[in-house]
Amino acid sequence: MYIVKRFITMLVTIWVIASLTFLIMKLIPGDPFASDADVLPEEVVENMRAKYNLDEPIPVQYVLYLKNLAMLDLGPSIQSETRTVNDLLAAGFPASATLGIQAIIVALIFGLLLGIIAALNHNKFLDYASMVFAIVGISVPSFILAPLLINFFAVKWGILPVASWGSFQHSVLPTLALAVTPLAVVARFMRSSMLEVMNQNYIKTADAKGLSSFKIVVSHGIRNAILPVVSFIGPLFVALITGTFVIEKIFAIPGIGKYFVDSIFNRDYPVIMGTTVFFSTILVVTLFLIDISYRFIDPRIKLTSKGD
Amino acid sequence: MSRLLDVNNLKVNFKTYGGEVKAVRDVSFHVDKGEVVAIVGESGSGKSVTVQTIMGLIPMPPGIIKGGSIKFQGKEILGVSKRELRKVKGSKIGMIFQDPMTSLNPTMIVGKQIAEGVIAHQKLSKKEAKIKAIEMLKLVGIPNAEERYNQYPHEFSGGMRQRAMIAIALACNPELLIADEPTTALDVTIQAQVLELMKDIQKKTDTAIILITHDLGVVAETAQRVIVMYGGMMVESGTVYELFENPRHPYTWGLLNSIPDVEGPEKKKLIPIEGSPPDLFSPPKGCPFAPRCKFAMDICVEEMPGNFEIGEGHLAKCWLNDSRAPKVEQVFAREEEKAIAAGSEK
Ligand SMILES: Nc1ncnc2c1ncn2[C@@H]1O[C@H](COP(=O)(O)OP(=O)(O)O)[C@@H](O)[C@H]1O
Ligand code: SF4
Ligand SMILES: [Mg+2]
Repeated sequence: MYIVKRFITMLVTIWVIASLTFLIMKLIPGDPFASDADVLPEEVVENMRAKYNLDEPIPVQYVLYLKNLAMLDLGPSIQSETRTVNDLLAAGFPASATLGIQAIIVALIFGLLLGIIAALNHNKFLDYASMVFAIVGISVPSFILAPLLINFFAVKWGILPVASWGSFQHSVLPTLALAVTPLAVVARFMRSSMLEVMNQNYIKTADAKGLSSFKIVVSHGIRNAILPVVSFIGPLFVALITGTFVIEKIFAIPGIGKYFVDSIFNRDYPVIMGTTVFFSTILVVTLFLIDISYRFIDPRIKLTSKGD
Repeated sequence: MSRLLDVNNLKVNFKTYGGEVKAVRDVSFHVDKGEVVAIVGESGSGKSVTVQTIMGLIPMPPGIIKGGSIKFQGKEILGVSKRELRKVKGSKIGMIFQDPMTSLNPTMIVGKQIAEGVIAHQKLSKKEAKIKAIEMLKLVGIPNAEERYNQYPHEFSGGMRQRAMIAIALACNPELLIADEPTTALDVTIQAQVLELMKDIQKKTDTAIILITHDLGVVAETAQRVIVMYGGMMVESGTVYELFENPRHPYTWGLLNSIPDVEGPEKKKLIPIEGSPPDLFSPPKGCPFAPRCKFAMDICVEEMPGNFEIGEGHLAKCWLNDSRAPKVEQVFAREEEKAIAAGSEK
């Protein structure tokens, strides 16, 4: 069965990512206590190393790491004495998830709409206008867009709060800043997909049946044009996750991205590893779900492993 | 017989980067109720553009209707609003296309593709439309129609898809069916079956058909009248009998020569007409066939021949039919003598 096979592949992918993360962390010279070694007494540092299993041989560390991972235990954080990595992720997740999901919804809805409008007005004003917007959206990075948005909407016009997190109003600007680039990419993608579909023979058949233009566009055009865009949600997701790191920092949002960036500066190894594995897992699971759903949306692909 | 379709002086151009393609130049013909009219001519001669203009399927831009009129049941349908045209297309005129592999929506079940046309034109519920669609699938000879209703196009073979296309085109009991090379893309054995089906349905329902085909054998078998197109123009038209017995245009002679000779020793003997079709960007002011015509005279290059009436409803666009021109029979005889002479020299 295809789903089972695909599921196992997913687990293997997560294991490979986890192992690679572990390996890379071990290859980086020094450890979290390297900078403390000059200041603190030898025994204290040794004790700390022992606490985080850093005194064990690397293969043992690896096995312990995998064992904990399998039990969904990402270990203790080094910087914050009292909280585990799990605590940090749980604390940051609501804000990050809200931001990410809002951005993906905005990017998809408006991106698809813009693409469709552009395609249906091919080589006319609306087409050119949409594509100019898309090119700007793709080329302006979010760390430039975010201050611009803050400057106008928060500082000059005072419509929305400057930064921080709490109400829906707080989430509007970061969502926009995060969504613009993927929105523009989706718009361009949808436009070319829609243009291609509207030139297909089956659109002529639908037209020859005497269907209304609306019916032709919706049930024969968009339905087919959207298929390739679905396969594009994966990369979109990656862009969003990496985008949140920057956006959360700029808007001072207490999300996972912020902890991740902080943990890198602090050489907080367990947090770096934990967040990396966490993000990768979300990504791999999303790709898995998209792949499965694609097979439900497109009747030509069957849920059997025959086609592979 | 009552007049169903009347096309007069139709002219269609396409704007391209290289200039304007004059795809259809002054085409006039008619179709009566229950009649089968064939359109023949080499590829690029404007057959598809002509019939797609009737259905309002020409993309504009790049297409431009330069002039003419298309009347269906006495009412003008060229240049009317989309809404107005929809009263006719799909309900009173159905159309089948050349390539059944790409003419069906790959992500919609076949049954629904038949039913949606019915729903668009008749006040039927979804349930009634489904019953009608299954009935149509049965009519076009698709076994297990109930099951097939729920299948997607990729689960159908090429022949079955073309049957489904016929079901779509006929679902609203149209007065006119336009079939643009309906069998060209199919296997030879399937071709015969699909044609048989069309003839069968035509007899049962008395639907008029415009049949575009390359196959003169099919024309002889199914059509009452033929239109021969060349370089975007109608060069000869008339009853099938007249055209096969008394063709009056050198291009038609060429076509008749290139009938696959089934009874002959070499089975399919295709004699292509030498030369290439005219440049549609800047067509010659005289006869478009002149550069390839063995009988071309000075006047042919200078002036466009008119439509000479040969007999009742038999028109030929060729100077040879002018009273001042040498008798066609003489030219023929001369040609034949030359051919024989050339043959005996070898
Ligand atoms: N969309 C289009 N854009 C430009 N030229 C076109 C278009 N559609 C048809 N043509 C031109 O019109 C001419 C007639 O084509 P067509 O009617 O398809 O010929 P056929 O007799 O083979 O069906 C061809 O020269 C073709 O290149
Ligand atoms: S008009 Fe002249 S060139 Fe044209 S087909 Fe007749 S004889 Fe040939
Ligand atoms: Mg054609």
